[in-house]
Amino acid sequence: MENTSNSKNLLEMRNIVKRFGKVTALSGVNLSVRQGEVHALVGENGAGKSTLMNVLSGIYPYGSYEGEIIFDGKPCRFKNIPDSEREGIVIIHQELALVPFLSIAENMFLGNERTQSFSSKVMDWPRTFARARELLDIVGLTEDPRTLIKDISVGKQQLIEIAKAISKNVRLLILDEPTASLNEVDSKKLLDLLAKFREQGMTSILISHKLNEISYIANSITVIRDGATIETLDNSNHDVSESRIISGMVGRALTDRFPKRETKPSSEVLMEVRNWTVHNPLTPERKTCDNVSIVVHKGEVVGMSGLMGAGRTEFARSVFGRMYGVNASGQVFLNGKEVKLPTVTSCIKHGLAYVTEDRKGDGLVLMNSIVHNTTLANLPGVSNHGILDKDAEKAGAETLREELNTKCESVQQDVGNLSGGNQQKVLLSKWIFAEPDVLILDEPTRGIDVGAKYEIYCLINKLVAQGKGVLMISSELPEILGMCDRIYVMNEGRIVAEMPREQASQESIMSAILKSPKPEAKASA
Amino acid sequence: MNQITDMLKRNSLLLALVVVMVLFEVTIRATGHGSMFSPSNFTNIISQNSYVIIMAVGMLFCIIGCGNIDLSVGSIVCLVGAIAGTLIVNLECNVYLSIIICLGIGILIGAWHGLWIAYVHIPSFIVTLAGMMLFRGIALLVLGGLTISPFPPEYLQYFTSFMPKHRVDAPTVTMIITAVMCLVYIGIVLWSRKSKQRKGYEVEPVSSFAFKMVIVLFALIGSGWLLSQNKGIPVILILLVVIVAVYAFIANETITGRRLYALGGNEKAAKLSGVNTSRILFMTYVNMGFLSAVAALVCVARFNSAAPTAGTGYELDAIGACFIGGASAYGGVGTVGGAVIGAVFMGVLNNGMSILGIDANWQRTVKGAVLLIAVVIDVLSKKRAR
Repeated sequence: MENTSNSKNLLEMRNIVKRFGKVTALSGVNLSVRQGEVHALVGENGAGKSTLMNVLSGIYPYGSYEGEIIFDGKPCRFKNIPDSEREGIVIIHQELALVPFLSIAENMFLGNERTQSFSSKVMDWPRTFARARELLDIVGLTEDPRTLIKDISVGKQQLIEIAKAISKNVRLLILDEPTASLNEVDSKKLLDLLAKFREQGMTSILISHKLNEISYIANSITVIRDGATIETLDNSNHDVSESRIISGMVGRALTDRFPKRETKPSSEVLMEVRNWTVHNPLTPERKTCDNVSIVVHKGEVVGMSGLMGAGRTEFARSVFGRMYGVNASGQVFLNGKEVKLPTVTSCIKHGLAYVTEDRKGDGLVLMNSIVHNTTLANLPGVSNHGILDKDAEKAGAETLREELNTKCESVQQDVGNLSGGNQQKVLLSKWIFAEPDVLILDEPTRGIDVGAKYEIYCLINKLVAQGKGVLMISSELPEILGMCDRIYVMNEGRIVAEMPREQASQESIMSAILKSPKPEAKASA
Repeated sequence: MNQITDMLKRNSLLLALVVVMVLFEVTIRATGHGSMFSPSNFTNIISQNSYVIIMAVGMLFCIIGCGNIDLSVGSIVCLVGAIAGTLIVNLECNVYLSIIICLGIGILIGAWHGLWIAYVHIPSFIVTLAGMMLFRGIALLVLGGLTISPFPPEYLQYFTSFMPKHRVDAPTVTMIITAVMCLVYIGIVLWSRKSKQRKGYEVEPVSSFAFKMVIVLFALIGSGWLLSQNKGIPVILILLVVIVAVYAFIANETITGRRLYALGGNEKAAKLSGVNTSRILFMTYVNMGFLSAVAALVCVARFNSAAPTAGTGYELDAIGACFIGGASAYGGVGTVGGAVIGAVFMGVLNNGMSILGIDANWQRTVKGAVLLIAVVIDVLSKKRAR
C-alpha cells in the first residue's frame, strides 16, 4: 500500500463489450480508476455493474468479451479469478464467501493457507492464528481468530472478508454492495475503514445503491446505464448531490416500449391486504414486512417499486400461502370477503396467483414438458376423480401457447430447452391456466429480451382488460412507470409512498426510497 | 424405418435385455446346460423375481419423488415374514386375517419412515438406514433366531399355485387366456389410435405402430406358449400384472402421479404450484411399506419359510432395478415399465449365470458392474443429447 502519485490511473477498462448469446449486457463501457481513490460505480439493477466486475476479475475469461483492461500500465488477460488475484484485484461479493463452521482464521486463509516451512501441505497453525490476529487488528476487530464465522454478526463478517482481501496483498479492492445487509452503525464503520485504507494508498471500487454513502466517501462516481458508461462525476469535494446521481442513473427517455392500454381500472376492489406484518424466518425478531397495506382494483395494474431486499418478494410470498416468513399477521380480502390463505392451494381456490421472479429456481419443472408445466397449478381442472384427461390438458396448453405466442417445436417439448422469454411465457401460462382474479407478477420480465418483454406487457394489458387485477413487482423503474396505473414504493419492509401514475417519475420514486425515514426515526416522530 | 430405429433408441434398455437374453441362450445351449427358455425355467424366472419387481415399483416412487431411497425394505420383508410365520404357522390364525394384519404392519412401518422424512425433514438415507437395523432386529426378536416353516397349503395357494388347477388343462386354458389377452391388447391399441385420429391429434406413423404391436404380440404369445407347456399361468404372475398395471396407471394417468414427478423435478416449483409436497413424500413411504409387506408375503410363500436371513440385500436389488431402468438419482425421472425391465434384467443375469454354473461371488461382481455401466451409459447418452 504505497502512496505514489495520486493522478496516475491504476485501472483502465476500455470499450468493454460483453454479450450473452443475442443479449448485449455491456456495450462499450469505459472505466478509469485513479491510484488511491474510492471509485463508486452506480446504476440500476441490471445496468451491468456486476457483469463489468466479473469481466475485471476473470470470472468471464479473456476472449469472452471485447475491449481491453489495463492494470498498473500493463494490459491484462485474466483467464480466471486466481489470475486477477495474483495482480492484486480482489472482489468481495454481496453474498459473502465464508464457511460458517470454520473459524475466522481458517476462513481468512482458505485457499491461501499458511503452511510449514518444510512442506507446503502441512498447516502452520501458530503462524495462521498470529497473522489472523494482525489482520483483525487492521480492520479493527477484537474477536479471537478461533471464533467460528457463524457466531459473529454480518457486519463483522464483512470486515473479515476485507481482512481476507488484505492478506492477499490487495491493490484494488472491489466491494459489491458491502452495506446492503448492514445497519447504520456497521455501515459507517465499514466506510470509515475504507477511508482509512485510502489514506494509506489503497484503491477501491464501491458498488452501492445507497447514494448517501457514495456522496460521503467516493472520490469519483461512474454511472452505468443499459450496459454503457453514461458519465464519470468528480466528487473529490463531496459536492455531488444525490439527485444529480439519480438523474444520471435513470435519465433515459421513455419511448414506446410499452403498449398502450385501452381500458381504465374500475373502482371495484379485487384484493386488499391490511396491516400485513411478517417476520424473518431466520431471525424472527426482525420484521421483513412491517404493517403493509395495499389495494388492487379490478382492471388495474398496480406497481410495487423498491430496491432489492426492500421486502417486496417476501411480502408477496408471505401472502401467497405463507411461502415465506414466520408470525405473519394481517388481513387479506379477495372479492370483498376476508379470506384465510394458509396454503398455496387455498390461494389458487380463491383466485390468487403468484408468478415467481425465479422461473428456473422455483417456477418451472425444467425437465417436464410445456403441457405438464402449464397444467401443474390446476390439475383438478383437467381431471375427473383424480384421473387426468390428457387430451384436455394438451388442448389447454395448446390454446395458451397460441395466445402467448410461445415459440417451441411442440407443447410436448421440455421447458428446459426453451429460451428465457419463452420459459417466462410458459410460467405465465401456468398461472393463467389456474384462472385467477388477481395475479402477483414478481419481476415478470427479468432477464428476457426486449421483444419478449413487449409481448408480456401486451399480455398484462389483456389480462386487466378481462377484469383481472395485477400487482407487478419490478425493480426496473421504466417498466413500473410505463405499465402501472398506481405505484406503491416499498423500502425496508414498509410502504413509503403511494402515487398515481401521473404523479410518478423516476426521480420521485428514487427520492421516496432514499429519503424514507428510518423505522427508529418514525417511531420517535 | 427411421421411426423404428428411433423407437429402438428410446427403448435401448429393452433392446439390451433382449441382447443379453440371446447371448445367454446361445452360451447355455452351446455348453449343453439346456435352455434359458425352457418352460420350467421361464416359470422359474417369474417367481424368482416377483418380489424384486414388487419392491422396485415401490422404490421407483420414492426415487422419482426426490431421489430418495428406502434402505429398509429387506428388513421389512424379514419382519413381516416373521410375523406372518408366527401368526399363520405358530398361532394358526385365520389366513385372511393374518394377511391383513401383515399388510397393516407394512403400512405402519412405512408411515413411521414417512413421518420422519416428510414432516421432520430427516434425510431419508438416515431414517431408512436406522429402519434397516431396527426392523431386522425386531424380526430376529420375533423369530428368536429360528426359522418358521412349513406354511399351510391354504396360504401357499394364493402365491405359488397355477391357473388352471390341474396340469392336464394347462395348455388349452393358458392359450385361451393368451388369445384373449392378445385380442384385448389389439383392441385397446387400435381404439386409442382411432379416437386420437378422430379428435385430430397426431398419431405415430404406421410403420413403428405396427412394429411395436408385432413385438408385443410376439412376447405375449411366446410367454403364453412357454407357460402352457409347463403348469399354466402362475398366480403370482397375475398379482404382478395387477400391481404393475395399477402403479403404471397412477404414475401416468392420475393427478397424484403428475404431482409426484413435479415434486421430484423441482420441489420448490411444485410447492409454489399448490402441491402438498410433504403429504406426497409421506405417502410414497407408506406405499413402500405396503409393497414391502406384499413382497414379504410372496417371499415366505416361495421359500415356504420365514427365516432370520430373509430379505437380506433385497433393498439393493430393488434400488438397482430402478436405476438400471433409467430412473434418475436426483429424482423426477423414471417409469414403472423401466423399473420392471430393470428388475427382469437383474433377474435374467442371476438366472443365466446360475444355469451356467458361475460362482456366486462372480455373479455379484457382474451385477455390480452391470449397474454401473447401465447408469454411466444413461448419463453419457443424455449429455450427448444436449
